[in-house]
Amino acid sequence: MTAEITEGGLDPRTYAELEEIAARYPQKRSGLLPMLHLVQSAEGRVTAAGIEACARILEISAADVSGVATFYTMYKRRAVGDYHVGVCTNTLCAIMGGDAIFERLKDHLDVGNDETTEDGAITLEHIECNAACDYAPMMTVNWEFMDNMTPESAVTLVDDLRSGEKVRSTRGPAICTWREAERVLAGFNDGLADMGPTAGPASLVGLEIARENDWTAPPSDAGGGTADAGGRRGAAQAADTSRAESETEVETSPAGSLHEDAPEAKDADGSKHGEGDA
Amino acid sequence: MGTLTPVLTDNWDAPHAWTLAAYEDSGGYGALKTALGMAQGDVVEAVKASGLRGRGGAGFPTGMKWGFLPPDQEGQPARDRYLVVNADESEPGTCKDVPLMMASPHTLVEGVIISSYAIKARHAFIYVRGEVLHVVRRLQNAVREAYESGYLGTDINGSGYDLDVIVHAGAGAYICGEETALLDSLEGRRGQPRLRPPFPAVAGLYASPTVINNVESIASVPSIVANGADWFASMGTEKSKGYGIFSLSGHVKKPGQYEAPLGITLRTLIDLAGGMRDGHRLKFWTPGGSSTPILTGEHLDVPLDFEAIGAAGSMLGTRALQIFDDTTCVVRAVLRWTEFYKHESCGKCTPCREGTWWLVQVLAKLEQGQGSEADLELLLDQCDNIMGRSFCALADGAVSPITSSIKYFREEYLAHLEQGGCPFDPMRSTVFEPEGASA
Repeated sequence: MTAEITEGGLDPRTYAELEEIAARYPQKRSGLLPMLHLVQSAEGRVTAAGIEACARILEISAADVSGVATFYTMYKRRAVGDYHVGVCTNTLCAIMGGDAIFERLKDHLDVGNDETTEDGAITLEHIECNAACDYAPMMTVNWEFMDNMTPESAVTLVDDLRSGEKVRSTRGPAICTWREAERVLAGFNDGLADMGPTAGPASLVGLEIARENDWTAPPSDAGGGTADAGGRRGAAQAADTSRAESETEVETSPAGSLHEDAPEAKDADGSKHGEGDA
Repeated sequence: MGTLTPVLTDNWDAPHAWTLAAYEDSGGYGALKTALGMAQGDVVEAVKASGLRGRGGAGFPTGMKWGFLPPDQEGQPARDRYLVVNADESEPGTCKDVPLMMASPHTLVEGVIISSYAIKARHAFIYVRGEVLHVVRRLQNAVREAYESGYLGTDINGSGYDLDVIVHAGAGAYICGEETALLDSLEGRRGQPRLRPPFPAVAGLYASPTVINNVESIASVPSIVANGADWFASMGTEKSKGYGIFSLSGHVKKPGQYEAPLGITLRTLIDLAGGMRDGHRLKFWTPGGSSTPILTGEHLDVPLDFEAIGAAGSMLGTRALQIFDDTTCVVRAVLRWTEFYKHESCGKCTPCREGTWWLVQVLAKLEQGQGSEADLELLLDQCDNIMGRSFCALADGAVSPITSSIKYFREEYLAHLEQGGCPFDPMRSTVFEPEGASA
């Protein structure tokens, strides 16, 4: 079976992994979205060979697969660069500066929306709200968060990406390639979950105010058997001292910098070795 | 009790909070052990008694939703049941579930296991939007750790209960946050809403009984089991119980996540956030995402609960408080949201597919200062013909910013016509506006 497919251009390993994805689900067609992510990882876009392979495995028509592939914006029929750069231009981010950032990047990269630079490095796209409004204006690179951007920092970002500089997400690991990212979305974890902070600074502003004022939820009203709730609170209080220290670190950091659980682990080039490396 | 009540956010400042070890150190999975010692129906009753209402926007009582699953027929084999977590957080302005899953994915996983146990599901799915790669990683990692520790798989903690959980990444479609479109998407189809009835509780995933809940709803369940329904209900207001995460974004000094009892006011939240940007005042805001009608400075003291915000003419939604100051052009803001709805309309229903396209045509001309005052009536007429005429609420959400902005800011639309264009300088609204340029 795989031999037939390889004639179409899809390698046997990818085909086997597509079958593996389909087998995860109670009904195999549920695997189609992650399967198409894997096709993009292997092929650089949704190809005819990838569509045929999905159709064969799921025992549906290629037209059915194409219908799905064309519905979702993350699936691309044209080759994507190594780095998919997204600029949020939904209302909140647009007004906070996303429109200016997107204009600057189109001009700087000499591409339009959803186009790729001639060197194949960067595909630029304006994206919709990406659930990071408290970090506006926000961008993504290969769907990793790049928070609190400006036109200048956006230009630096794409220049660094093109020149092969190591670039870190503000709330995640060093940026991988778009094809590597698509593999994670297909369900094949890359072991990078432990990189980056627990939360970015904006995620913590309310919690920090609560700590400063000793504001908590009311005490548990449950009786025995729920000691864990009290334990959770007790553990939180015991950790207050170390928290106070880490808060100081956050407050002295410039806006937009990482909240780092291990600030000392920052190395000379400004990139941080994730806590999970240890 | 404090003005803020960190429960879900309580461990977000802990090092490595996303790991199983850190979560267990802070008491995590204690509620699961409690729940597995309870009768399944008692867990459902506890969630009902807590008054928890869906945190994904609609505010439907979570326990009641669970109670809609048809009971197994005596003498018949039990039908498969499914729990599906809606982690497709995409409503413009909404940014609470993503930091929760990033910082403490085990809070959600523990909630998934308890909730699945309560509704007797053998399989659960976490449908997370694909555009948040690191959140997908942390969810995958948390589920793997839970399997390795015996919290997932067969005979969980020796209880005899079996559960498998799949983390499923979407592929970029706002409409998949609508629960029946999400189910179609999870079945490997185009994400288009289904006609109801039948509701998912009766015929959901694979036409089987299915519960779909928002991330924050499910993540709240362990705290209810651990601390009691009365504890949860002691927070909030009469009909809007408990705590919730309020997401402030836009022109406040400290945008971010604030977890508080339902019923807190925007005035209090803006005070906590350090106020508006210096030299500027609040102009308009959304209480719960772009699909909830905008409100203004006259609504600062309205309690942020389902009832009071409803009475003020909007909806609590997802508590996505997008805050805009006096530098912001409301027509520009509304046009951009409208373009979003046009882009995200799935195309199934004609009033939405065609209607959102026409709304953009009329609004874009107005924003450019072309057209006449009669176009405002045309817009309202279009909205009237779109509202309530589609399978799902996407188009209803699309008309919300238009009708509410015309209600509060009609003169600003007219100013565009009088001046032949937008009277605002968009650079003044940006975060990188040069210091002093606003003076």
